[in-house]
Amino acid sequence: MAMLSFERKYRVRGGTLVGGDLFDFWVGPFYVGFFGVTTLFFSVLGTALIIYGAALGPTWNIWQINIAPPDLKYGLALAPLQEGGLWQIITFCAVGAFSSWALREVEICRKLGIGYHVPFAFSVAIFAYVTLVVIRPLLMGAWGHGFPYGILSHLDWVSNTGYQYLHFHYNPAHMLAVTFFFTTTLALSLHGSLILSSTNPGKGEVVKTPEHEDTFFRDTIGYSIGTLGIHRLGLFLALSAGFWSAVCIVISGPIWTRGWPEWWGWWLNLPVWR
Amino acid sequence: MKTFFTVLGASIAFFLTVAMVGLTDWDRPPLAVHQNGFRGTAMAQVHTREGVEETKAANLAPAPADPAEPGEELAGTTYENVQVLKNVSVNEFNRLMASMTEWVSPEQGCTYCHNTENMADDSLYQKKVARRMLQMTQHINSSWKDNHVGGAGVTCYTCHRGQPVPANIWFTQPGPNRPGGFIARNNGQNMAAPSVGLASLPYDTLTEYLADKNIDNNAIRVNATTALPTTKGKPIQDAEKTYGLMIHMSEGLGVNCTFCHNTRAISNWSQSTPQRTTAWHGIRMVRDINGNYLEPLLSTFPPNRLGALGDVPKVNCTTCHNGVSKPLNGAHVIDAYPELAKSTETASAADPKAPETTAPMQQPVPAPQ
Repeated sequence: MAMLSFERKYRVRGGTLVGGDLFDFWVGPFYVGFFGVTTLFFSVLGTALIIYGAALGPTWNIWQINIAPPDLKYGLALAPLQEGGLWQIITFCAVGAFSSWALREVEICRKLGIGYHVPFAFSVAIFAYVTLVVIRPLLMGAWGHGFPYGILSHLDWVSNTGYQYLHFHYNPAHMLAVTFFFTTTLALSLHGSLILSSTNPGKGEVVKTPEHEDTFFRDTIGYSIGTLGIHRLGLFLALSAGFWSAVCIVISGPIWTRGWPEWWGWWLNLPVWR
Repeated sequence: MKTFFTVLGASIAFFLTVAMVGLTDWDRPPLAVHQNGFRGTAMAQVHTREGVEETKAANLAPAPADPAEPGEELAGTTYENVQVLKNVSVNEFNRLMASMTEWVSPEQGCTYCHNTENMADDSLYQKKVARRMLQMTQHINSSWKDNHVGGAGVTCYTCHRGQPVPANIWFTQPGPNRPGGFIARNNGQNMAAPSVGLASLPYDTLTEYLADKNIDNNAIRVNATTALPTTKGKPIQDAEKTYGLMIHMSEGLGVNCTFCHNTRAISNWSQSTPQRTTAWHGIRMVRDINGNYLEPLLSTFPPNRLGALGDVPKVNCTTCHNGVSKPLNGAHVIDAYPELAKSTETASAADPKAPETTAPMQQPVPAPQ
């Protein structure tokens, strides 16, 4: 793959966390590094195991392939390979691959001397995944509480897990997460359309500057968060969505086992009107 | 001014957060989970171990009374005005009366139902109600044996738990006392009613689905049976009523939706657990009890035993189940009281060898797929 003429100067030695110079090289456009190797190892192994699991299963229908976690009776122990053991190894590989990828991003950030915002943001997504398949199962006492790996099967898991608490929309953290997800898309659509509007002026007009963008929002809603601010806001909204998703599932089971509507009894029990 | 509102807002938010975290009765591990579907489907019952122990302790069946001495004398011929337990031996009859006192009115004693001057006297309404309840118990244990109560059966204690009025009875909800005003209509919802687990769902769903014994068999079903709509279908309000009833059933049995349903296809019988069939019959049993045994007692009950709208006290799933999927932890309470297992009004029915004459039972009809 071709490299841009100015790109070479950013390819500097060092900044690695592990392995020194050993893996400090590029393959085509890709930086390798120690964590590039571990990413590759875990993702190839994990994917191969998923294909193996699919081969053991009853179908090659991409929608129906299902690699399920063990029965709850195995608790936090290892399960036989074909009864959830595969799921356990694949989960290990997935966590390994995701974390390696995040650490590879860290190494690239160090090379470039930029902040760790990207690996931090990715870590929130990893945190949400780890919450689902590691932290919550540990708290509930069985790996079987993790979600199955399959396009439709994981949706069925989501449905049943929601109904374990009778009405999941009453989960306060779920409410926050959903709100943040929607607000993220709202902010992105406002930002995206604003940028496109100023960079696509009428025929014969020149491209407009951020002052125009700011003025648009000052005129409409009285305030513009600004060119840098919108990206801070976007990052905050998106990470909050992921964070509260993790919270909403980790509290369902470990610290709340009843219907979520019942949780709102605290409001009815406020000393003001109890 | 700005500072004032900032401080005010922050304080309100702070106190609400403290109230929210502090007033909530949080659970904590270790959990007691029970899987009831294929692994990875998340069909599981989730409780705390502590909660399971507490529920178990709260639902212990009482030890049965010592067996009665065998005797030939029948209560119906020895005592006056015995209408239901006619073909029970005198010893068994007296043993049952003593047990009933323990089950229903341990503090009030025999005088709760009987005029001790004349035990045959029917002047107390409690006695007339008790007689009907005996018939009801025998009916449940015979007609609903195969489809709902099974070998466990029920006695008075299943519902009464040592109280003259069972803790979990219900009346039709009159709704808010608000004839006019800003929100004159609430469409029968948004009351955070305990019967629907404090959800905003319709609060009188029990009257809708459990009070009417002649209700359409498909009243609760709201799922479409075809991929694309062919008719107008049921309104979303009906779905909310059904949801409310289902939350009642879950709370009453101490289980979640996945006890009966694989929620990927809630209405599909082939993907549901066997418990759903038992529950389906249970709904019919509750209607049968309410319609045939409690409604007819309307004129027997004194006004103070009736609801706000003058309706009789009725039963729902919680009345027997009291928060466990098998009442009294599944104890076979009927084994020690065979006289409650079938009708004893006629001699033939008292004969254990006589074939049971139960009406042919309905079966759930799967919707066309």
